[in-house]
Amino acid sequence: MPHLEITNLDAAYKSQPVLSGVSLSVEKGEVVSLIGPSGSGKSTLLRVLVGLLPPRKGTVVLDGTPVDYSDQRSLRALRDRCAIVFQQFNLFRNMDVLRNVTIAPVKIKKRDRREVEAEAEALLAKVGLGDKLRAYPSELSGGQQQRVAIARALALRPEILLLDEVTSALDPELVQEVLDIIRLLVGEGMTMLVVSHEMGFVREVSSRVALMSAGAIVEIGSPAQIFDAPKTERAKDFVAKILRAH
Amino acid sequence: MWARLADEAPRFFTYYNGIFLLQAMGATLLLSLGGCLAGSFFGLLLVLLRKTKGALFLVPRALAWGFVEFFRRVPPLVVLLLAFFASNLVKMDVSLFLVALVALTFVATAFMAEIIRAGIEGVHPNQWDSAATMNFGYLRTMLTIILPQAWKIILPPAFSFFLLFVKDTAFASQLGTLELTYAGKVLTSRGFTAVLSYGSILVLYFALSYPLARFGAWLEDRLAPSGNH
Amino acid sequence: MQYTFQFGQITRYLPDLLAGALISLEIAFVCFWGALLIGLLGAMALHFGGVWTRRVARAYVACFTNTPGLVQIYFIYFALPEFGILFSSLQAVIIGITLNAGGYLTLILKSGFLSVHRNELDAAEVMGMSRLQLVRYIIVPHIARVLFPPISNKFILMVLGTAVAGVFGVEDLMGRTINANAESFRAIELLSVTACLYVAMTILATLVLAAVSLLCFGRRRSSI
Repeated sequence: MPHLEITNLDAAYKSQPVLSGVSLSVEKGEVVSLIGPSGSGKSTLLRVLVGLLPPRKGTVVLDGTPVDYSDQRSLRALRDRCAIVFQQFNLFRNMDVLRNVTIAPVKIKKRDRREVEAEAEALLAKVGLGDKLRAYPSELSGGQQQRVAIARALALRPEILLLDEVTSALDPELVQEVLDIIRLLVGEGMTMLVVSHEMGFVREVSSRVALMSAGAIVEIGSPAQIFDAPKTERAKDFVAKILRAH
Repeated sequence: MWARLADEAPRFFTYYNGIFLLQAMGATLLLSLGGCLAGSFFGLLLVLLRKTKGALFLVPRALAWGFVEFFRRVPPLVVLLLAFFASNLVKMDVSLFLVALVALTFVATAFMAEIIRAGIEGVHPNQWDSAATMNFGYLRTMLTIILPQAWKIILPPAFSFFLLFVKDTAFASQLGTLELTYAGKVLTSRGFTAVLSYGSILVLYFALSYPLARFGAWLEDRLAPSGNH
Repeated sequence: MQYTFQFGQITRYLPDLLAGALISLEIAFVCFWGALLIGLLGAMALHFGGVWTRRVARAYVACFTNTPGLVQIYFIYFALPEFGILFSSLQAVIIGITLNAGGYLTLILKSGFLSVHRNELDAAEVMGMSRLQLVRYIIVPHIARVLFPPISNKFILMVLGTAVAGVFGVEDLMGRTINANAESFRAIELLSVTACLYVAMTILATLVLAAVSLLCFGRRRSSI
């Protein structure tokens, strides 16, 4: 049984269609990367999956259970198991690093505060920020903020991690420190859906790569297949463009 | 004229008149502070209603919107008189001060609701996104994430409104509520010249408002540069 | 509570109230242009004036923005006659509202003056503009655009502010409401109708200002 199964998903933003007929199945422990030109619907797909944009039709099945996005309880159960990290980090700017990481486990999941804090400190140490527990987001670099955001997502103990262009808003010299953390997580076997423009990284960590264009997946396959032997015209175009850019 | 003023001044600036004016000034301050604080509280409640989503809250949302639009577009004097005549219907013995306070609270609620709403909309929407994906409910998001960031945006215009509001409380005098302006009317009716009575009322309003205005300017300066926590 | 609402009894006052509303709008209109002129002079004094001009302008603004307009008019109407300066109630109200709003508009316009970019001014001076031309061709068009929203909001607040005239027996909407009440004793019905008329007046003003903004700047900006 796939960990996450998306079938025929349609979504619209302000009556403008942004996803049309997206189907994708992700196995447990798989890392699936979504690539494609900007505006092709990669980030939108992640937003629809976590319920920030309601789908117009199609189904999402998580671990055998269908998700009903119009039902609060179903949505909550889904968000309990899927965590997302955003391009702009979206840390709570009125809270220090430790509180950013612990607030949801303590207040929403009602876990023991001391246990959560110990775990959060370990997570923050893992992302290399063990000395920044009391810092506020505005005092951190973009790379540091994004590492906090990853720690915050992990503190929710998600089964599936969605990464939405997590390095796109970072200065070039800060990109590697964030990618290193993600490599670490890939090594631990977490199921991930990754939107990224870092093609070298995508090729290195992905189990499969899906190429999106105009709100649909046009080709999906192993990294080698997509990057070295694309079948569709669109995929050939896109790969040629990235090769020229690098 | 100047002779008459000089003649009347010793009778005007007495201990008794001083106490009378200070008490009236206290009432003005109380009306302003009470109306503004209560208005901030109820204004916040209206905003909490207005920012809800979904069909369930459609009616309360519309009512909150209507309340704000209505009371921002009616002169405070009209609201005060309406409250006055409505309080006559209820055959309870309510003080004029309370009637004025309630009426002014309606006005303050509408204006504060707009100020608070603008402040909340000034917080980056991505804060709502990440709270939602972490299963924060509406109220928890508002109270623990949005409002703690919005207060800095809210405070300067709220204080400017408070300064205008202090002057709006003068209309309570038309109900006979004893506050500064009414005290001026009382003094003229006791036979003092309008120059002395209204002159001293103007001076006392100035003494109340000017330091607050300076404080407001300082406050705006402090909050203007974007510190983030 | 035995009070029964009888809106029927007050319909005969409606034409009277509507005529009063027109007077309120006229007062607001006259006072607004006067106040805008004062505001422009005040802001220029604060911006370009010498030490004493600035001091006078600052004192004017401080005095009129830190005291209630109602009491200012009381003073004009009741106290100035003791110095031999006599005004009718309408004159006193118009002078009072204008001077009061002039103080606030001075502050609003000053913030507009401050927002004129330094290099725009330098460029204008290089082009050999006189101070008057500077104001006419650079500053006024600029502040018109930046300040249209706060000035329109001020105008709408002034429409509400004209209600003060009723206190002095002027036959504006407020004054006519008070007179009609003295005759009919249907205060709540009358005041409700009056409240709705003020709402209608300000909505009308909002729409007209939005249209003006659209015509002049191509975009709707007023917030109230």
